[in-house]
Amino acid sequence: MAIRERLSGNEAVAFAMRQIDPDVVAAFPITPSTEVPQYFSQFVANGQVHTEFVAVESEHSAMSACIGAEAAGARTMTATSSQGLALMWEMLYIAASMRLPIVMTAVNRALSAPINIHNDHSDAMGARDSGWIQIYNETNQEAYDSLIMAIRVAEHADVQLPVMVCYDGFITSHSVENIMLLEDELVKNFVGEYKPKYSLLDKEHPVSMGMFDLPAFYFEHKRQQAEAIKNAKQVLIDVQNEFAKISGRQYGLFEEYKLDDADIAIVIANSTAGTAKDTVDMLREQGIKAGLLKIRLFRPFPADEIAKALSHVKAVAVMDKAEGFSAAGGPIFVDVRSAMYGKADGVKVINYIYGLGGRDVGVYDIKQVYDHLQKIADSGQVDNLYNYLGIRE
Amino acid sequence: MGKMIEIRWHGRGGQGAKTASLLLAEALFNTGKYIQGFPEYGPERSGAPLTAYNRISDEPIRVHSNIYEPDYVVVVDETLLASVDVTAGLKETGGIVVNTPKSPEEIRHYLKDYKGKVGTVDAKKISEEELGRYFPNVPMLGAIMAMTGLVEKEQFIKSMEESFHHKFATKPEVIDGNVRALKRAMEEVRIS
Repeated sequence: MAIRERLSGNEAVAFAMRQIDPDVVAAFPITPSTEVPQYFSQFVANGQVHTEFVAVESEHSAMSACIGAEAAGARTMTATSSQGLALMWEMLYIAASMRLPIVMTAVNRALSAPINIHNDHSDAMGARDSGWIQIYNETNQEAYDSLIMAIRVAEHADVQLPVMVCYDGFITSHSVENIMLLEDELVKNFVGEYKPKYSLLDKEHPVSMGMFDLPAFYFEHKRQQAEAIKNAKQVLIDVQNEFAKISGRQYGLFEEYKLDDADIAIVIANSTAGTAKDTVDMLREQGIKAGLLKIRLFRPFPADEIAKALSHVKAVAVMDKAEGFSAAGGPIFVDVRSAMYGKADGVKVINYIYGLGGRDVGVYDIKQVYDHLQKIADSGQVDNLYNYLGIRE
Repeated sequence: MGKMIEIRWHGRGGQGAKTASLLLAEALFNTGKYIQGFPEYGPERSGAPLTAYNRISDEPIRVHSNIYEPDYVVVVDETLLASVDVTAGLKETGGIVVNTPKSPEEIRHYLKDYKGKVGTVDAKKISEEELGRYFPNVPMLGAIMAMTGLVEKEQFIKSMEESFHHKFATKPEVIDGNVRALKRAMEEVRIS
């Protein structure tokens, strides 16, 4: 029987970690992810988990400790945000390139400077090329579910890569909302026992990890790593289908909301997708064929599937909660537009940067984006390719 | 989208407005509703104005923005009336409850002659008499629940008693005082 509860996003994720009962958690506190290791350390203190909790002195050390533990053969988890993720930078690449299936919660927060504790996606978007699998989540429920599934994806023999489970700081992490939890036994059975193929503590099969790699092999190793993250897409599909059987909740690579017959659509990740669904319903009542595509799996990027899903609409706005500073659009926009090139030609695609540093975005803010799209759909002309939602200038 | 009730809390850091919004969410959750309870985080300073929010619905809540057109407003600190536009966007079909010894008629003048229901309760007096300290949030929670009638009174008090036992597990001596403060505020709130 599912358990009806009300939890904040951070509480839900800590609860999932208790059910997963990893071998090692190494973490350093940073707002707004602090509560995740905080609640989890209480489970450790209460003897509710078997986990070795490593309190480190920085996020660089947190990720280093995770790498060491995972390489030794331990199922390892952590959590961070913003500057903490930034400080992990070089270790993120090492975790991915050593093919260590660490699972990390990234509670999305803006990056300094100026210092800001509120939500945007600059932190995780900056790590999008680190080789980590990234899954973005709208609600506490989705974050809880994704964290459980992430263990299976990361550790799958065809993947063997770390996974970052992302959700919005404060908006999701600190808001208390309804959630359906799975029973402990169900989660335990779903994630199963971790049996790494290679580990440093397996003395019957000694291996070396993180070796010096000369031009003779480095390129081939990167090619294998690229193949592994490519495999993650099908593995996620399979794991999600299996998860649907125990939870009744079916997830896809992305979510389509009233997109089938839509003339205009937005592409958006995390909590604002929920707000935008209310906007879609409001516009539908007015007879406007609005739709939405919510990003879930961002790395690897399901390019063909997204291009196909958007191929029938007249105009699309891709919403980025990170600036990117390419002067050619935000990170999701660049990937979506590139995916559509040659596959969905003729669809007008524009970019909106929104909500940086926690700027609140409501139903009527999103409506402005659809109004803009309607104008483009009617005229067939794109006036502004790059836009900033609700900016004062 | 079904009928959704939205509540906005205005308080000052340290007065427990955030906790009150979470307790309210909990009470409504216990009656089978979908709920949201969340503060608007700023620089956390004792005494600084802060806002917290609740949404309550019979259907899953998808919107994740602040609340701009609340059905109800709770003002946990009367001094905020001078500096914060507490009735901004407040629906006239709803109401506002203020922590003050003044009458609703007197307070209405400070609310730009807001047309909806106005409630007042002396949460300071209740809190100091029942808890021996100034914690206005629980009396204000009682007052707003009395105004909205979202939950049947006895059920609400029972639900809150359970929450207090959970929340104050390490200091059970404050449980009875909080229950008394809650009940008194529900009785003593004046609404016009």
